[in-house]
Amino acid sequence: MIALEAVCKSFSGQPVIQGLDLRVDRGESVALVGPSGCGKSTVLRLILGLLRPESGIIRFDRRALTRADLLSVRRRTGYVIQDGGLFPHLTARANATLMARELRWQPEKIAHRLAELAELTRFPVDGLDRYPTELSGGQRQRVALMRALMLDPDVLLLDEPLGALDPLIRFDLQRDLRAIIRRLGKTVVLVTHDLSEAAYLGDRLVLLRDGAIEQQGRLVDLQAAPASPFVSRFVAAQRTHLVDEPSRAQGAAR
Amino acid sequence: MRFPAQNSRRRAALPAEAPSRHREVRGPQRTRSLFLTVVLAIGVGTACLHAEVPVAVGSKSFTEGVIVGELTTLVLRAAEVPTEHRRELGGTRILFGALEAGEIDVYGEYTGTLAEEILADENVDSLSEIRDALGRRGIAMTAPLGFNNTYAIGVRAEVAEELGLRTISDLRAHPSLRLGLTNEFMDRGDGWPGLRQRYRLTQENVRGLDHDLAYKAIGSDKLDAMDVYTTDAEIAAYDLVVLEDDLAYFPRYEAVLLYRQDLVTRHPAALAALDQLPGRFDEARMQGLNGAVKLEGRREEEVAADALAEVLGLTVTTDAPSLTDRLGQRTLEHLFLVGVSLFAAIVVAIPLGIFAAARPRWGQVVLGAVGIVQTIPALALLVFMIPLLGIYAPPALAALFLYSLLPIVRNTHAGLVGIPAPLTESAEALGLSSGAQLRRVGLPLALPSILAGIKTAAVINVGFATLGALVGAGGYGQPILTGIRLDATPLILEGAVPAALMALATQGLFELAERRLVPRGLRGR
Ligand SMILES: Nc1ncnc2c1ncn2[C@@H]1O[C@H](COP(=O)(O)OP(=O)(O)O)[C@@H](O)[C@H]1O
Ligand SMILES: [Mg+2]
Repeated sequence: MIALEAVCKSFSGQPVIQGLDLRVDRGESVALVGPSGCGKSTVLRLILGLLRPESGIIRFDRRALTRADLLSVRRRTGYVIQDGGLFPHLTARANATLMARELRWQPEKIAHRLAELAELTRFPVDGLDRYPTELSGGQRQRVALMRALMLDPDVLLLDEPLGALDPLIRFDLQRDLRAIIRRLGKTVVLVTHDLSEAAYLGDRLVLLRDGAIEQQGRLVDLQAAPASPFVSRFVAAQRTHLVDEPSRAQGAAR
Repeated sequence: MRFPAQNSRRRAALPAEAPSRHREVRGPQRTRSLFLTVVLAIGVGTACLHAEVPVAVGSKSFTEGVIVGELTTLVLRAAEVPTEHRRELGGTRILFGALEAGEIDVYGEYTGTLAEEILADENVDSLSEIRDALGRRGIAMTAPLGFNNTYAIGVRAEVAEELGLRTISDLRAHPSLRLGLTNEFMDRGDGWPGLRQRYRLTQENVRGLDHDLAYKAIGSDKLDAMDVYTTDAEIAAYDLVVLEDDLAYFPRYEAVLLYRQDLVTRHPAALAALDQLPGRFDEARMQGLNGAVKLEGRREEEVAADALAEVLGLTVTTDAPSLTDRLGQRTLEHLFLVGVSLFAAIVVAIPLGIFAAARPRWGQVVLGAVGIVQTIPALALLVFMIPLLGIYAPPALAALFLYSLLPIVRNTHAGLVGIPAPLTESAEALGLSSGAQLRRVGLPLALPSILAGIKTAAVINVGFATLGALVGAGGYGQPILTGIRLDATPLILEGAVPAALMALATQGLFELAERRLVPRGLRGR
């Protein structure tokens, strides 16, 4: 579904992505992990065409991404960033339906789709007419998710969607998100720096370091056969968290 | 109401069309009619049928000029020639320019000014030479009205009697007289230095001071003689004797009326009416008229009507508009200036601000340019506009328009540039086209900032629009201008208070608009 081939990207001469090769199959859920600043968000922006690579090819549905395809690719892709990126001047409803309204969907169709998504994301219907500032952090993420799913995209790109939430809410949302991903069977690329979350939500983990893939596979592969001392250190650093939920982590890794 | 269209009323025959009235900007229809008005104001103009175009009398911005303007206006009206008086348009250059451009038809001028200033390059001297030179420009001149408003030396009557002073030459015998001269007169080559040389005067006790102060000083016996204008009302009030210029040193400043030669074809009755004035107003009479206005505080129109009754036996009725009428009229004029210029500024400045935000490099150029416009003093900006746009509303509108640009451009730019990166990124990632990103996200988020910019521009505009009176655009500046000229505080307040109230109301209106237009989610952030 998505393929990055030998992609390089640098910011003012500083290489950030260095010859990255990454394939994500249709219906697959991939979790990008790695230390902060290793280029995870940049990968998502490259896929959306928000950034252009210096070299390499980015394919969406086998087609190399061109300028002309940008709008349609973006409309087939749902994108959620860390704090949701909700528009403060729009209510939850208006945020979620913005793109559908822009595309002049019938109001009934919009209302129907919104009701569906509110149920899917377990967003309270009476919160739809609130502005983002009037919502809790967890509710905001659910709205962001509704907005990303509105056009029923093929691909979901989630950039630390749960990063800013407190543990209890995060726990709930992780569970809901997993259910959604499973149920919709979408192609998902999820960024997180939390290994347990990555293992829980992703079929495959991709560990990035300095803009290149250090190792990929299931969490158990990374634990059992770390490709480098960096991988061992990265896994070890997060073990304390894994102990809390061994069964869950195992289950996620299958 | 003064319509900008009158500016170009000689550009004939488009179908007669009522210019749309201008109130507030609201709703697309108003907006459209306002926009039309702008277009009309800035150039095209509405044409009226020839016969319906009244004669436009102009006057300079000082009391005698306005009185002559009123005399002219009333004598024309008495002959049933439809006439409008455009009061206090400015100085010589503006009035003569307006006459040449056809923005006015008649105004009062002085032969000295014609010879020394307007026609200075042509070395004209006699009345007939002046007349010929004017004729080549399509302008005609009446015979002198009768008064010569030039420099003269005034002496306290007591002193004159005691010393037997009649002429300036007589001063030679009295070197100890105390002279008070205006600074301008002291410095001008054709003022004191020349006078002293011509008459071989020897007075040493000469002080330079302000004209009004000199009158006060001579009134309290601190001076014996001073320079005066021969039609100064104060000459009689302070009991001064004007010494005869026996060596004919001072140039003659005979008052005449200048009018466009094409006036006769448009208003055949006008010339005969104007011809009643020459020769009927000598210095003493003019002193009296000036005094009635300046010292007694009577209205020029009334004073002129009385004079016409006395001199020509004409009965002309003058209808003094009530305070409410005057306020209503000026409020409309003021709102017109502010509304039209602000609307045009919004239409231009918001796209400029958007452009500046989208193209940072060009943006700096745009912001710099509108910033520079702002550094030009308002008065200077207005003056620059006169050669380009003439007088009345257009130059005032243009100046106000230029002044309004900066706050709106800057705030639009700042509002757009200040949008947090995650929001612009989300908008782009949704798959919105760049136009839709601007419409759905950029502009709504920048709205509070843009509104604040428009508010600033509007409030500043209400204040600056008072300067419009300097070019005949009317508005609240008119009574302020007249009030300053006559040193009449109530008149100044008649303009200043409504202007201040309008500024406050504008502020309030925009705060209301902000509350209604800015969604709850953006408020109190
Ligand atoms: N627009 C940008 N301009 C300059 N540097 C950037 C930009 N975006 C990201 N970077 C840099 O690129 C690197 C990778 O950033 P990012 O992909 O956001 O990392 P991650 O999401 O893995 O934390 C960081 O060092 C960051 O500072
Ligand atoms: Mg990131």
